[in-house]
Amino acid sequence: MSDHPSTYQPNTAIERWLDTRLPIIRFGADLMSFPTPRNLNYWYTFGGILAFCLGVQIVTGIVLAMHYDPSGAGAFLSVQRGIMRDVNYGWLIRGLHANGASMFFLAVYIHILRGLYYGSYKAPREVLWLLGCVIYVLMMATAFMGYVLPWGQMSFWGAKVITSLFGAFPFIGKPLTALLWGGFSVDEPTLNRFFSLHYLLPFAIAAVVALHIWALHVPGNANPTGVEVKSKSDTLPFHPYYTVKDLFAISVFMILFAVFVFYMPEALGKVDNQSMADPLKTPAHIVPEWYLLPFYAILRAIPDKLIGVLALAGALGMLFILPWLDTSKVRSMRYRPQYRMFFFIWIVACAALGWCGAQEPDGQVIHGLTTFNLIDYDLNSVTWLSRISSIYYFAYFLVITPLLGLTETPLPVPDSLYTPVLSHPAGVPSGAAAAPETKG
Amino acid sequence: MLRKILAAATFAGLVAVAGPSLAGSTQAPLKEVHWSFDGPFGKYDQAQLQRGFKVYKEVCSACHSLNEIAFRNLGDPGGPFWNPKYKNSNDNPVVKAIAKDYQIADIDSDSGDAIKRPGTSADYFPSPFANTAAARSANGGAVPPDMSLLAAAREGGPDYIYSVVTGDGTDAPAGLTIPDGKYYDPWMPGDVSAYYKGDPAKTPVGGFIAMPPPLIADRVTYDDGTKATVEQEGKDVAAFLAWASDPKMEERKSLGLSVMIFLFVLTGILYGSYRKIWSNAGH
Ligand code: HEC
Ligand code: HEM
Repeated sequence: MSDHPSTYQPNTAIERWLDTRLPIIRFGADLMSFPTPRNLNYWYTFGGILAFCLGVQIVTGIVLAMHYDPSGAGAFLSVQRGIMRDVNYGWLIRGLHANGASMFFLAVYIHILRGLYYGSYKAPREVLWLLGCVIYVLMMATAFMGYVLPWGQMSFWGAKVITSLFGAFPFIGKPLTALLWGGFSVDEPTLNRFFSLHYLLPFAIAAVVALHIWALHVPGNANPTGVEVKSKSDTLPFHPYYTVKDLFAISVFMILFAVFVFYMPEALGKVDNQSMADPLKTPAHIVPEWYLLPFYAILRAIPDKLIGVLALAGALGMLFILPWLDTSKVRSMRYRPQYRMFFFIWIVACAALGWCGAQEPDGQVIHGLTTFNLIDYDLNSVTWLSRISSIYYFAYFLVITPLLGLTETPLPVPDSLYTPVLSHPAGVPSGAAAAPETKG
Repeated sequence: MLRKILAAATFAGLVAVAGPSLAGSTQAPLKEVHWSFDGPFGKYDQAQLQRGFKVYKEVCSACHSLNEIAFRNLGDPGGPFWNPKYKNSNDNPVVKAIAKDYQIADIDSDSGDAIKRPGTSADYFPSPFANTAAARSANGGAVPPDMSLLAAAREGGPDYIYSVVTGDGTDAPAGLTIPDGKYYDPWMPGDVSAYYKGDPAKTPVGGFIAMPPPLIADRVTYDDGTKATVEQEGKDVAAFLAWASDPKMEERKSLGLSVMIFLFVLTGILYGSYRKIWSNAGH
């Protein structure tokens, strides 16, 4: 709704003066009055929640950086002795930052699932979707490098496992890992560059977020029906309607966040990270943070390291190309019951991959059952569950999404988003007055 | 540098070979203790922390360092010797007296000579060994881990520490050959199958530990008259180490309570505002 006419009236002389020079107040006012579909449900509050999360990470991160020492000998002590014990409320700042990263990922995963379910990636919002994918990748890089900073055992060994992956590339592998490490192994130079980048990337994220919101304000929000806004009566001004809804949702989110920070600050961490990094002592299980586990499982599912790395990148790549894989003209899965079913199975596959990522590769899925060996592993092993789930993960994007759009019969889609809102307050779809929009 | 790399590479190779056996690591179910600091309202029992500190000081500190803790921390709120009269824990007389008993390495500012001087509240606990190599050679090749974060760095925390140091009172299972300088401990995660002659299905759980069982009854004399059984000493030192790992727990939980109350009220107000504003959304 970039054509939404500005309703801002500069009322004072100084506002009028500024408005003809830098119309920044007008810009803010237009953002606030932006016409927003009136039927957005709570899944749509996660954008606001994500902005809140980014703010928390940046503010707490800047304070942590004031007390943090990125040296091999000093990093662990500056966190564990300095920040956790001596800095006033340092335990709180770090608790917010470390758990904040997990909360950030929780929110981004819900936000992405929302986009997948309601088809938010479809025309004319492909660029908006791509920018979101860029943010997600930057977040993973930022969180990975942040996790190295406290220089505990898992920081060190996690960094070692992940950076070594780059060594799988032919020709460029060796120079690339040397560049990442700043030497021949993970060591102080690695820590230094990760700290520098960990400070930088969140601001890059903030910049992409600005583009993301810009791209949102060109076509305007989609909505749970997937039907585009047709008239002004379909919308409400963003403020106060969605400011108050988002604030309420953020407040509920903060309760969950606070439970972690105050009552189980280490629940999402690994006990190994409470011991200082020791290059001579490999932990029994090297496991990444929960939000990276599905990708770790895909990586390990494949016997060849290079192909594994490519599959990992490809898994992310699927999200990027999704707008061009989906052939259906119906946007929302509300009206695509078959696709919806495949989507729920896909979520289960992702959860299974997450679970597998935390297990030993030869661990049994069903306890006590031994079947037969196939490509290095028993069929009843974590590795095989990862393999099957990975295949489904890719098939969902590469086979099911393009084919189903052509063959399925969607439910009737309402004429306007207003229709269902009128008759069904909680946003329940109404098939009744709908002109069926059939397969594309 | 090159030697370091080579050592690391050799070690990594060894680990890769030994890898599968790591996966076979076992451990007996931990002895579960009901701690005063469990739960969202739990607090440290100050008398227990004082007893636990005594066990640490008189027993464990011979081998285990406590690098991250300064003497003044003992007098911090929630700590073993916190006394509301001394808001600044550096002034706490108990803390000062404890610190004075330790000899701290320093440099004489006039002569530049390396000297030892009595500790002050601001000093950190000195390590029992000059360096890791010395610690390793004095302990049959194993380094006693620093205790500042031990309770946080092990699955099970204080339950684990309590289980490991109190043992099960029985001798090592028959058929198990215990390597020189090692002890069998069912709670130490490990794999003893290579040392066990007998039914593989009955391989003892747990592993070997290079630490001799550190506690015996009456190893310390408690100032508050508590009977110093092995269980009591074990619980007290585990509680002390739980505090050492998480000295801000009480501050955290009490601030958490206020924050939760605030957030619930805020959420209620926001929900009310949301209902009010949307009631005139009209359509
Ligand atoms: C004689 C020296 C010595 C004394 C005294 C001693 N320890 Fe230890 N401790 C060690 C050594 C050495 C290890 C490492 C064992 C290994 O890795 O095999 C160790 C390991 C431990 C562990 C296992 C840590 C792990 O890696 O999981 C615990 C728990 C522990 N000590 C607690 C205590 C407590 C509590 C006391 C005091 C009551 C104490 N120790 C006194 C030498 C000692
Ligand atoms: C996208 C936003 C961010 C994410 C997802 C993120 C994530 C993380 C994570 C996972 C850790 C490890 C936490 C731990 O286990 O202790 C960490 C540590 C750290 N981060 Fe961030 N961070 C973000 C933004 C920032 C910013 C903007 C700064 C500085 C301006 C910063 C500074 C630090 C510092 C100094 C540490 C080390 C101290 C510590 O470990 O607690 N971070 N970060």
